Amino acid sequence: MTEVAESLKVESEEGAVRLILSGRLDADAVSGIWDEALGAANGKVTVDASAVEYCDGAGSALLCELRRRAGGEITGLRPEIAKVFELFEGDEEKDENAAKPVDSPMESLGRAGAEFFQDLREQVEFLGEMAVVFLSFRGGAQRLRWNDVWVTFERAGVQALLVVGLISFLTGLIMAFQAAPPLKQFGVDIFVVNLVGLAMLRELGPIMTAIVLAGRSGSAFAAEIGTMKVNEEINALNTMGLDPVRFLVAPRVLAGIMVTPVLIIYADLLGVAGGFLVMLIRGFPPTALWQQLTSAIGVHDVMAGLIKGFAFGALVAGIGCLRGLQTKEGASSVGVSTTSSVVSSIFLIVVVDAIFAVVYYVIDF
Amino acid sequence: MADDVIIKVSDLSAGYGEEVLLEHVSFEVKRGEIFVILGGSGCGKSTLLKHLIGLLPPMAGQVLIDGGDLASASGEERQKILRRIGVGYQSGALFGSMTLAENITLPIEEFTTLPPEAREAIAWTKLKLVSLENYTGHLPAEISGGMQKRAAIARAMALDPQVLFLDEPSAGLDPITSAELDALILHLRDALGVTFVLVSHELASIYAVADRVIMLDKKAKGIIAEGRPQELRDQSKDPFVHKFFHREAA
Repeated sequence: MTEVAESLKVESEEGAVRLILSGRLDADAVSGIWDEALGAANGKVTVDASAVEYCDGAGSALLCELRRRAGGEITGLRPEIAKVFELFEGDEEKDENAAKPVDSPMESLGRAGAEFFQDLREQVEFLGEMAVVFLSFRGGAQRLRWNDVWVTFERAGVQALLVVGLISFLTGLIMAFQAAPPLKQFGVDIFVVNLVGLAMLRELGPIMTAIVLAGRSGSAFAAEIGTMKVNEEINALNTMGLDPVRFLVAPRVLAGIMVTPVLIIYADLLGVAGGFLVMLIRGFPPTALWQQLTSAIGVHDVMAGLIKGFAFGALVAGIGCLRGLQTKEGASSVGVSTTSSVVSSIFLIVVVDAIFAVVYYVIDF
Repeated sequence: MADDVIIKVSDLSAGYGEEVLLEHVSFEVKRGEIFVILGGSGCGKSTLLKHLIGLLPPMAGQVLIDGGDLASASGEERQKILRRIGVGYQSGALFGSMTLAENITLPIEEFTTLPPEAREAIAWTKLKLVSLENYTGHLPAEISGGMQKRAAIARAMALDPQVLFLDEPSAGLDPITSAELDALILHLRDALGVTFVLVSHELASIYAVADRVIMLDKKAKGIIAEGRPQELRDQSKDPFVHKFFHREAA
């Protein structure tokens, strides 16, 4: 006979194993004997539980496992413990498949592909719905909720001024710091102004602004609408005959379209100011810098950035709202939608920017 | 505190900020009893429940769970008292990102040293108690509202509590599911000796399971009736109690 622990003794005789359980079978005791008890129950086993004084959930689970795995016969249970143990009758048929099966790699690949195309389809449908909503605005039930537009404009625009300004200013400043020394070697460090001006106006201003917008406002739209979906508020809108796209999405997208170009102009100014600051520190007079800037950039450069701004604004707000509407059930899916809105927005911002770059090149804009 | 008393509420005053909802409330719950807190909307039922489970500190008075005072206890002592109780919330409050089995193994993992296999086996037995043993791998969103309530009870039972508090367990359930839940409560009390404290409005459920009820009233800021539900229905002279049990308009 082997005494594994105070509450477990194992007897082996001619291949037959007998486990003797005793004392209190609570979580603490079971922690110490679980592996040994089930390890000993490889073949036919009998369990003598006549000395068991108390059995909690952990003890019941141990007895169930002994009975299920080894077909163990459990004898000697006190009536009050036996009464509890009877609740788990039928556990021999424990359904090992109750946990949902895990997909094979091929199934996962197929599922991911199907989800990608489904998402693409939903984005196209959403775009169509948006177009229909914007084209069908009129009075009464079809009116645009301008109040919501202005509130969103303030949240996404005015409240983003600090972060957009700081990022743009520092971007211009860093760019000038990095570019000035190598250009000075050729005596053309005044062209830092051209570099900062063109880069900010045509590329970095719009892109940085759109990325900040995606992180601040797109994610907020996804979380807000996603929570409404989880709380069945979207269903409530539908049953009241209010189209969620018109009611929730249109004001946000319109605010996004309006606010992004404004933020881009602001980002451009701050970015150029950052570059100017470096050049002033390096001893260039302000008038020389201004002349250099105005000779290097034109209205079409400002417009090139602003046109992108309209597209980025619609894209970030639209993706945020779409991800919110795609939210499934539960708090975790709101998190998934929020993350997805930021990732999708940043990815699409870069893709759309690349398309703009090609188009501008082809039309020589 | 007498041995057969598991909850003792003495002279409890409760509320939020300056607003007092309950004043000088006292009652006892016996071991193995199914005790129901009744009352109209806004009378302080949920507030009382929050005090019983230690979510709110009393303005005055004391709540003892098996001799332990949650309001004054801290650290290890508080954990000890909390292990004696389980709570099933009205919405179920299951963790949406976890499977039913994971919802149950979470507290076991935190408070015991049991190996993972043992934790899973316990989760299975708890789900078996509420007839959900074939849904161990499902997420809460993938099962019905009634099943979620049963799963919430299974989770509340994870650490073998002595008292189970259930907030509106039958709310939003169809009569058949509600009756099944009543049967489950009786079954758990009879088989495991668990004490139940329920907050409920459902008269059919109250008649089916309650050993004793207390009725709270907003104006009285306290208990206006106490006893077996059938007795209160048939014998109470209090107009509000009469209207409540006979479903009459105010």
